Amino acid sequence: MTLVKTQYNRRSFLKVSVAAGGGMLIGFSWLTGCTSDKKIEKIAIPNEWFEINGYIKIGDTGLVTIYSPNPEIGQNVRTSMPMIVAEELDVDWNNVVVEQAPLNTGFYQNQFAGGSLSIRLSWNALRMAGATARRMLMEAAAKEWSVSVADLTVTKGIIKETNGERTVSYGKIASNAVGMEIPEEVELKEIKNFELIGTSKKNVDGKKIITGEPLFGLDFTREGMQLAMIQHPPAFGMKVKDFNEAEIKAMPGITDAFIIDTAIDEPDWNDEKGFLQQIAIVGDSTWQLMKAKKAIKANWETVSELESSEMHTIKLEQALASGSGTIEQARKDGNPEAAFKKAAKVIERTYTSPFMAHNTMEPMNFFANVTENSAELIGPTQMPEPLEKSVSKLLNMPIENITVNMTRMGGGFGRRLYVHYGLEAAIISKKTGTPVKLIYTREDDMTQGTYRPAYQATYKAGLDENNNLIAFSVKGAGLPEGPIFPNRFPAGTVENYSAEKIDTETNVTTGAWRAPRSHFTAGAEQSFLDEVAELAGKDPIDFRLELFDRAITNPVGEKNEYEAERYAGVLKLVKEKSNWGEKTPGVHRGVAAYFCHSTYVAEVVDLVLENGNPKVKKVWCAVDCGIVVNPDAAVNMIEGGVIDGIGHAMYSELTFNNGAPNESNFDRYQLIRHSQAPEEIEVFFVKNEIDPTGLGEPGLPPAVGALANAIYAATGQRLTQQPFAKYLKPEKIIG
Amino acid sequence: MPKYSLKINGEKRSVEVDSDTPLLWVLRDEIGLVGTKYGCGIGQCGSCTVHVDGSATRSCLLQVSQAEGVNITTIEGLSKDGDHPVQKAWLEHDVPQCGYCQAGQIMTAAALLKSNPNPSDKEIDATMSGNICRCGTYLRIKQAVKTASKL
Ligand code: FES
Ligand code: FES
Repeated sequence: MTLVKTQYNRRSFLKVSVAAGGGMLIGFSWLTGCTSDKKIEKIAIPNEWFEINGYIKIGDTGLVTIYSPNPEIGQNVRTSMPMIVAEELDVDWNNVVVEQAPLNTGFYQNQFAGGSLSIRLSWNALRMAGATARRMLMEAAAKEWSVSVADLTVTKGIIKETNGERTVSYGKIASNAVGMEIPEEVELKEIKNFELIGTSKKNVDGKKIITGEPLFGLDFTREGMQLAMIQHPPAFGMKVKDFNEAEIKAMPGITDAFIIDTAIDEPDWNDEKGFLQQIAIVGDSTWQLMKAKKAIKANWETVSELESSEMHTIKLEQALASGSGTIEQARKDGNPEAAFKKAAKVIERTYTSPFMAHNTMEPMNFFANVTENSAELIGPTQMPEPLEKSVSKLLNMPIENITVNMTRMGGGFGRRLYVHYGLEAAIISKKTGTPVKLIYTREDDMTQGTYRPAYQATYKAGLDENNNLIAFSVKGAGLPEGPIFPNRFPAGTVENYSAEKIDTETNVTTGAWRAPRSHFTAGAEQSFLDEVAELAGKDPIDFRLELFDRAITNPVGEKNEYEAERYAGVLKLVKEKSNWGEKTPGVHRGVAAYFCHSTYVAEVVDLVLENGNPKVKKVWCAVDCGIVVNPDAAVNMIEGGVIDGIGHAMYSELTFNNGAPNESNFDRYQLIRHSQAPEEIEVFFVKNEIDPTGLGEPGLPPAVGALANAIYAATGQRLTQQPFAKYLKPEKIIG
Repeated sequence: MPKYSLKINGEKRSVEVDSDTPLLWVLRDEIGLVGTKYGCGIGQCGSCTVHVDGSATRSCLLQVSQAEGVNITTIEGLSKDGDHPVQKAWLEHDVPQCGYCQAGQIMTAAALLKSNPNPSDKEIDATMSGNICRCGTYLRIKQAVKTASKL
């Protein structure tokens, strides 16, 4: 039995109360329409609801509402977070409906979707919310029957006397919990006794998604709402001066057009944005706005250098060669220079990767209704709290007067960590004095910045005469931030090690992109290690396992980020499951393992050549993310990460000319498609009782390295530049 | 503005819009059927797929003036209660991640199975490759199409 104190977040454990107004915490009909599936029709609709705490509301008919606190971007937290609450509450999952909680910093912590942190950071709070409610309902029953709580048990929302006949449902007893004291201490379940966690539950929004119900920000509508679009300058380094305002305003269906400025004092990192001054157009229909956008004739002035992809490449090359830019010696163990000198074999390779766009399938959009002293924001954001803060600064309005509600998001991938489009909606609504929904076109979305940065990194390794790794160095330059994790593998396994991070400047704005930097470092480092293993004449998995042995028995340095046993564990698991030693004619294999977002993933890619083109047949994945809350959904996440990783490494890039992106839609920007996806992905989870860690991101990075290594096995080409499809030479394929 | 009379999900709807308005925006802005999604507006992503007389059609490329006199089916009208075999298979395989592309995927798959009830892997690939899923649910989509073909 685990006893925990309930002070984890006292504020979210207010006294049980009869919920006002039929029990809708939000009191907002469009979003409460976003309750999950049709259970409400199957169980009688409650006459009264009781707010047990910030996460749970129980109806007198036994229907239970669980609020999912975090934004849903496709990582499926709207199912998995409530599952954790329901586990400890001990209710029948069939009686649970899920609602999106609004932003409420008083109730919840960590209401954001980023860093694969949702479950990891809220694991305890969610368990406690369920356990506290369970305890209070039991106390209410104990009081009613004049027995002690110890004499009661609960199964699936029914409280029963251990030595008697009496039973009562949560729905019936909930009213007795009104006004009760919150217990000082509650009991959490033993992990081995979990009944719901660890079983696969379907996406609570599945039915709504497949029937096309309004769920996304772009689907939101409100009486009297106008639509708005923005036009940003065509190139980074340009600024809007003026435009043919009168002409645009006179166009059919256009009600207003003006220049907006969303610059705020002391911007935070979430305020990153390509263009702060833009043209805004307001109107009645999307199509008329799109036509008006095309009719804009603006004067743009050049305020800083207009960059091109050639310049970007040269900048990164120079940064690596001469150390221009800001250099930081991020870690140094031993004496790498001396070790390289005495090494019997030295190998050095440079890897590059271009800028990339996020390309969430749902383009940026937001609803805002700003009045003189209130602002209501509804839409897709991974960061509701920073959005609220920035809107408060922009409108000069106290935070208490601002509300933020989250819609389901058509993808996030880091793009919606940046809040500028919410600010744009707010300032447009303020100007027009009406509710407004701002919509980006795909072109707006793809050409306005916050991209995945461009990278170049040089890796160098030295082997002694017995083919032991004695020196390793990595130097990573990025536009703008160098891709370096100094304390990750192979740090800790090599006596002489150095990691240097070089930041360089660009006016192209960048931001976090699914598994920031890791998606690059994993690809580079894991292909490099493949080459080092080959040079050492060792099997790539055995070579890595040797290094992990070193990190287990006699680690170098103290700051190593990873647990070597768990890292080696996933490699061993994937080795076993994929029958690594066995060779199938025509099938070429590559392996990679990576640790990020506190999760360990190893992957083997099986690739064949079809008419000379690489085709991934199967990807084997071994994952250690601690306890797996919802296994089938977890598999879905890993599958998505693998396909995303392979797709972007293979096909995607954003290039620049005169400061403007050359790719602005999916005709030129290539995303992986059905026929290019692996034919099969099999995922194996390490079973343990460690608290759950990230899943949305860690499946992606190793896919890049494993793919590069499989392509080498198949074609003899070591691809060091992304996108691989561009640099793969078909005439040189030897497979 | 000119008036158009459309037949959507078996119902007559009349709208007053510019003649070059794509069906996609007629559905979303005028009629309030927002299950059909906008992803690119240039026929590249498949998010906006509807059925026109039973064939999968990109509604972002079909102007309202060309949409009269045909039967238009959107995701909302594919079945009464989400029980079209493709929808059932989608639930069985728990396909969606973010879910945004899925209406378009389902409409493309439903039209495929109507014209080709037992498609091969290659045929599924060829037809479904016009529908992008940024979340990478392609494997589940393929499995679901195969399951649906047996329902
Ligand atoms: S929106 Fe029509 S194909 Fe993309
Ligand atoms: S499920 Fe997100 S784009 Fe397909």
